[in-house]
Amino acid sequence: MESIEAYRETVVNAVAGGQRLVALFGTPEDADRTRLLAILANDERGELGATSTFVRDRYPSLTPECPAAHSFEREIAEQCAILPEGHPWMKPLRRHLPDHRASGRCEVVLDPDVYEFFRVEGEEVHEVAVGPVHASVIEPGHFRFQVHGEQVLFLEIMLGYQHRGVEHLLETVNPARAMLVAESIAGDTVIGHAGAHCGAIEALARSRKTPHAQGIRGIALELERMANHVGDLGALSGDVAFQPAAAFFGRMRGECLNLLMTLSGNRYGRGLVRPGGVLFDLPLTMRSEMRGRLERLRDELEPVAALLFDNASVQARLEGVGTVSRAQCVEFGFVGPVARACEVARDVRQDHPYGIFRFAHIPVTTAWAGDVHARTLVRWHEVRRSLAFALEQLAALPAGAPRVSCGALRPNELVVSMEEGWRGEVAHVVITDDRGEIRRHKVIDPSFHNWSAVSLALPGNQISDFPLCNKSFNLSYAGHDL
Amino acid sequence: MFEFLRTRLQQGKRTSPFPHGSAEFPARFRGLPVLDVGHCAEQQEIPSAVVTGARGERRAIDLGACLFSPEEAVCTPAGELSYTRDHRMATSSREGLVSASGEVALAQALNARMLSMFGRSLRLRSVVAGSCGGCEAELVALGNVVFDLARFGVQFVASPRHADGLVVTGAVSRNMRVALGKTYDAMPAPRIVIAVGACAITGGPFRGSEAVGDGLSVEWPVDLYVPGCPPHPLTMLDGLLRLLNRLPPERQPVAPAPSELPGPEALAQGYP
Repeated sequence: MESIEAYRETVVNAVAGGQRLVALFGTPEDADRTRLLAILANDERGELGATSTFVRDRYPSLTPECPAAHSFEREIAEQCAILPEGHPWMKPLRRHLPDHRASGRCEVVLDPDVYEFFRVEGEEVHEVAVGPVHASVIEPGHFRFQVHGEQVLFLEIMLGYQHRGVEHLLETVNPARAMLVAESIAGDTVIGHAGAHCGAIEALARSRKTPHAQGIRGIALELERMANHVGDLGALSGDVAFQPAAAFFGRMRGECLNLLMTLSGNRYGRGLVRPGGVLFDLPLTMRSEMRGRLERLRDELEPVAALLFDNASVQARLEGVGTVSRAQCVEFGFVGPVARACEVARDVRQDHPYGIFRFAHIPVTTAWAGDVHARTLVRWHEVRRSLAFALEQLAALPAGAPRVSCGALRPNELVVSMEEGWRGEVAHVVITDDRGEIRRHKVIDPSFHNWSAVSLALPGNQISDFPLCNKSFNLSYAGHDL
Repeated sequence: MFEFLRTRLQQGKRTSPFPHGSAEFPARFRGLPVLDVGHCAEQQEIPSAVVTGARGERRAIDLGACLFSPEEAVCTPAGELSYTRDHRMATSSREGLVSASGEVALAQALNARMLSMFGRSLRLRSVVAGSCGGCEAELVALGNVVFDLARFGVQFVASPRHADGLVVTGAVSRNMRVALGKTYDAMPAPRIVIAVGACAITGGPFRGSEAVGDGLSVEWPVDLYVPGCPPHPLTMLDGLLRLLNRLPPERQPVAPAPSELPGPEALAQGYP
């Protein structure tokens, strides 16, 4: 516990010194006080740190000195009805009433119905508004472009349409249902979020899953990564009108999902990851069947990737579009393939190894240009490495029980659980009360960090390149909106 | 050019034989649930995700509320619930999803007037309203070369003005109510509404949250309910083709194989 001044200094200095903000959130303490908590990661040393302070209705904002706090502080204002004074962009984040404010407070800092867009004035400047209902099957979000001719000057993204009250549900429903809610935070990151959720519960219960269960979780996580990356390689091919690769990758994404269905009974891996391990075992016959299918998939993927990356007109469409600089990435704390595509080698599996990744390492893939091409390339190499990892693990899965017991949660503890989902760092922070009940369950999807990257990548590009840029990030609206 | 052709040959033809061949699912696939009444020796508490409510005196399964999780397959006061590998479960009415044993009233064809308009060509508009993104991922998968929705004359279009039907996914979040209403109003009549996934039917895992509306309300009359979390693309396709009266006559019905559930020692560990 620190004074607000010391707390600010700790966070600002840590981030300035190269640490990363994993989480920054509020949790009601008593009738009028809220505890602000910051979780900081020192990726180089593989360490996590936490600091906290009490505030009442306002405090001096961190964002002017620490831009990575920008979305987190908007979230604090909205969830806890506390004003970060001096925040340069204080607008509703998800547009809902405060659901985590101290019991004695009744104010609302941000009116969910009032949202003013930034506007560029001038002759020949026009505004383009897109969403929340989009032209194809896409989650809802609103994009407001300030455009000069074809050139985008500014992009503002308003989200919150998918807000379902996930954190409040996780804190109030029974554990069996909370597990199903955790699997539905982002429907394409079922294994990632279920893994982070169970990691937190297991740590609080001091439950140690077997290496066998860790191996199965690792295989499932990499199959999920492959399914999404392969699907996006197809969608990017479609966005640059390269139909053969779009069709082939689209079909092979389904093959990755079908592998997850063989394992778990569901194409997205629902029903597999549970506290204490996994529900479904991986018998020897299924291992050899999956190995055979993965080897076939590898042989079919390689020539299609070659078609895509060896094609000059495809290269020309991907290069130099939607660039995120390394400096921006460090300043705003982007994660996952977005960070790795501008030479920032962040990867939870490498920096904070957990589960099977303590024993089996997957090399971190990076590229340097930070553009659509770099993100596409990073994803393709991650597909290759995940596939090799899955093949290796299927051949060398240690023996053991799929699931062990997971007892009562320890009271008055705080746990940070992280998983490298296919979009990047999935973090769950869980705090228990003195009866061992869950008091606060904070969820941070990688999209929460990375949506700012889309806004930063667009200015200077043609507005017609927006679908291509957006797809190269493919962020989750549901994961952000919770 | 040569590389294109070689890759094309290697990839081969991958379109699913459905609806003319049989649909194959792996042993663990959890499809249509069935309820074996009075079979249970020890009765467990019903998981909150499953609503087995009283219908008069009888207990019943509500497919619209089922999340198809392994844990829902337990002994309930209503009997023992288990899954089959049958993917067919889309219905024309909300009541059709509720049954004592798990026998659903599969979707009926649209009336003759609607069929004459939409039977051979149906344009759909998707609205995502408070989902996790899972159902949309499967809607997108319907367009890939395996399921190839377009071969049945069904397409997703960019504007509600061009659409004959609305596909709704998600529990209808507060923040999407207005946009959903505007999209529906912008569609020319006659129009159909398709509710895809547990969220759009009952709120799914988010049921009861203040931020959502527990699925589509009576404001938007639904013509096709597709249960699932998310529904398998073939479950969606089966429902759509039944609605359009495009399914070939069924051969001799075969009892669907039971779904392989987790080992009892894994299920028994439960939750802290």
